[in-house]
Amino acid sequence: MPSHDVLIIGAGLAGQRAALAAAQQGANVAVMSKVHPVRSHSVAAAGGINAAIDPTDDWRSHAYDTVKGSDYLGDQDAIEVMCSEAPEEVMHLEHIGVTFHRNDRGELDLRAFGGASMNRTAYVADITGQAILHVLYEQLLKHSGQVDRFEEWFVTGLVADDDGRCCGAVARDVRTGRIEAFSAKNVILACGGAGQAYYPTTNGLIVTGDGIALAYRLGAPLMDMEMVQYHPTTLVENGLLITEGARGEGAILLNSDGERFMERYAPNKRELASRDVVSRAEQTEILEGRGVGANKDGIYLDITQVPRKRILEALREIVNVGRDFAGVDITTEPIMIRPGQHYIMGGVKTDVDGATPIEGLYAAGEVACVSVHGGNRLGANSLLDTLIFGRRAGEHAAKRAAAMAMPTVGHSHLRDQEAMIAQILARPTGGRRVSAIKAELGATMNKHVAVYRDAEGLNTALETVKRLREEAATAHIDDRGTVFNQDVLGAIELDYMIDCAEATVVGAIERTESRGAQFRTDYPDRNDEEWIKHIELRRGDDGPDISYSDVTFTQWQPEVRTY
Amino acid sequence: MAEFTLRLRRFDPESGEGAYWEQHTVQLEEHHSVLEGILQAKAHTDGSIGIRCSCRAAICGSCGVRINGEPGLACNTHLDHAREASIQAGSDGVIVVEPMGNMPVIKDLIVDMDAVHWKKIRRVTPWLINRQPVPEREYIVERESMVDVTQTMACIQCGACVSDCLSMEVDPGFIGPAALAKAYRFVGDPRDDQHFERLNDLADDPLGIYDCTHCFKCVQACPKEVNPMGQIMRLRRLAGSDHDIEDPNNGRRHEQAFTTLVRGYGLLHEAELLPRSYGGDSWFGKFHPAAGKELLASLPVVLKGLIRGKVNPKTAAFGHKLPKPALDAVRAIFDRVEGKGHSTRAERHELNLYVTGYDEDEPDGHAHEGAAPTPGRQGDQQ
Repeated sequence: MPSHDVLIIGAGLAGQRAALAAAQQGANVAVMSKVHPVRSHSVAAAGGINAAIDPTDDWRSHAYDTVKGSDYLGDQDAIEVMCSEAPEEVMHLEHIGVTFHRNDRGELDLRAFGGASMNRTAYVADITGQAILHVLYEQLLKHSGQVDRFEEWFVTGLVADDDGRCCGAVARDVRTGRIEAFSAKNVILACGGAGQAYYPTTNGLIVTGDGIALAYRLGAPLMDMEMVQYHPTTLVENGLLITEGARGEGAILLNSDGERFMERYAPNKRELASRDVVSRAEQTEILEGRGVGANKDGIYLDITQVPRKRILEALREIVNVGRDFAGVDITTEPIMIRPGQHYIMGGVKTDVDGATPIEGLYAAGEVACVSVHGGNRLGANSLLDTLIFGRRAGEHAAKRAAAMAMPTVGHSHLRDQEAMIAQILARPTGGRRVSAIKAELGATMNKHVAVYRDAEGLNTALETVKRLREEAATAHIDDRGTVFNQDVLGAIELDYMIDCAEATVVGAIERTESRGAQFRTDYPDRNDEEWIKHIELRRGDDGPDISYSDVTFTQWQPEVRTY
Repeated sequence: MAEFTLRLRRFDPESGEGAYWEQHTVQLEEHHSVLEGILQAKAHTDGSIGIRCSCRAAICGSCGVRINGEPGLACNTHLDHAREASIQAGSDGVIVVEPMGNMPVIKDLIVDMDAVHWKKIRRVTPWLINRQPVPEREYIVERESMVDVTQTMACIQCGACVSDCLSMEVDPGFIGPAALAKAYRFVGDPRDDQHFERLNDLADDPLGIYDCTHCFKCVQACPKEVNPMGQIMRLRRLAGSDHDIEDPNNGRRHEQAFTTLVRGYGLLHEAELLPRSYGGDSWFGKFHPAAGKELLASLPVVLKGLIRGKVNPKTAAFGHKLPKPALDAVRAIFDRVEGKGHSTRAERHELNLYVTGYDEDEPDGHAHEGAAPTPGRQGDQQ
């Protein structure tokens, strides 16, 4: 049985960073991912990474912007950790080879980003996530001696010992269908968010909430799950992302009257207000009949303001996206966008070292909720979150491993998971197709649990999700083979997404106020008296059990939030 | 909505049967992607169709396939373009999708990239070897240098270039376009300490930079404009001109002979090329022992050429020179590209669009990349 000090599930930025940090501490590390590491969805992060590295900047300013962006739901101790450690982390990335773009003095260039009080976003054109992900993978190849890679292995379950400590996982080799138990002193979940529970979404097809569901099933609490970010600029056509970097470089938003409407909603920051504010403004324009396009459900993003040469150098990827996916040359004409599901602020509750309340289980990146994003994440803070807390989780887990003996995973766990897969393979035909259930889930979430929410819609969503859970148990699959059986994995992923969706809806129903990304039309005001607290959800017999925890304040008291 | 027919190459390794073709009809908008077509077939008809995919936006690099025989990404190939290509190739408008070439097929459209692509990536020491001392803050480097290496950083490791590399087809050991583009990412990076060692290694290897035959297949295949062949040429230029690396593959001498002859004659003087490549770049090259051996070996080919009238003894011996005005024009190209009088690297014309950008006076700067958007197109899609 493979045994490791630290087993990392997911190989995006958080997972790879955790692996390298744990290896640096001398731990024996494995990193496991259901796709090849460079396919991880971190690859799609475009705009950049925030850090107060300008000599005139201060990490406290970055922290304040993040606290304000979170609508005072972020834990300030965690935000301080993230922002104060950011400059060192960015320099580390630079040293291992990330090709950050430079200013004319040869120093790191910094671009403007939403919700930030000054330029503090380091970037590589508009492929920052890809550049960092590929450079971390270069480092993984360099450190092959210390880090075992299990590429294209799909985790079906986490394992806890009799005392409730996490001691490993069971996974299926996608290429052969072989299932195997992995024992580990520590498991770090780094497998991203759950965007595929929505349709449309900017997230890749692999982003199915695996880690959130795995932790939830092991008894870990989920936190802030109601906070779902809608990105202001996603293609009307198919939900693909247009980076916030476009607005950072000077692009503007226009309604059907040709009005730069953000001047009304955020007179100071305009297009560069935080994402929840811009998305809400766009949605309001659309709802009030000032949308563009045949269905009046879009907004124009006009990038032609930015000089052509600068676009080709710094926004090359969205030139391609415009051309290939919307038939628009963004250097000469505006492109139709609208708010679309992009990120979940919530996730598995962790402390600032990535540790969850379950001993031996860590989480970092979008799967986790530290909580540094609170009610709304600032653009270019997600890459930072993955790297800072990925590193801290890796280091902490490695240190914990040094002081303990290797656990073993009982064979019964392996047999349970084998039986689970055999049961899916043996399903009779005639059930609803996995794809149909997933499509209904996505449409339901996007209709009722989106930018604007109310009790009626949320309750409808909850009923639908519960029905879909029953249907998923007998969902039809075609593939009965072992090699690359994506059908079986799709059925398991569907269950993961349903767990995540249910938690999101339950959290949204519970929070009877409007804060950050949660806007309740039936409770339109922020209610600091009652709702400066996190909602935590633990798996119960009939859906999630609800509890609350305090938000940590250090130096910033809640203020009225304007941009 | 329109109807499209996809002909998918299926292979089930567990069946004991060979690969076979299977047709699926899908209903989608014209500008939707081939990937969406495949996913519709998978969702509605047969969940066992195997294809790797994730982002749907040409950034994760998962869905490299061959469409109507050409390598590319399924997610950024439009169904209507693919149908048109099929018709133009004299076919029936059915969109043919196969797994990529040069790599073993695991199942259906899924190939074993570890066995080929990633192995080659590992061959080029794919990590930064830091120039010392490592500064406390960032390395101070030229603004353009980072934009330059971003072109190769933009490689999404999809394998499209590997799929159709002709050299690799003949010579599976060839390091290949993707890995050599990756090598440029370090050789072009001013923070790397091992430029000479990397170049020397790649020039020295018979399967290295001089094993590329300039067929341009990889340039055409690349969905991200990484221009792998261009990067290989830049590696050669750096190895030969900047680091004076003499390689055992006669690669540098061959290039020198080639350019000397074209500069001198305006055209290639074939009979002189081989002796100079092996014996040294002058008229006396043919008397060098190394050249003698090669010349002897190629005598049968020369004789066959003479007998069949492919070679005229007079032009073979003395070459054919362009008239003066044309010759001057050719030499002007040399001066422009190399910098007048083969001078320093800085003055050399850089052929990298990532640095130089498109010409501002070009009405449609990227028309060469594929179909330009037509007016009113956006309206059609709403």
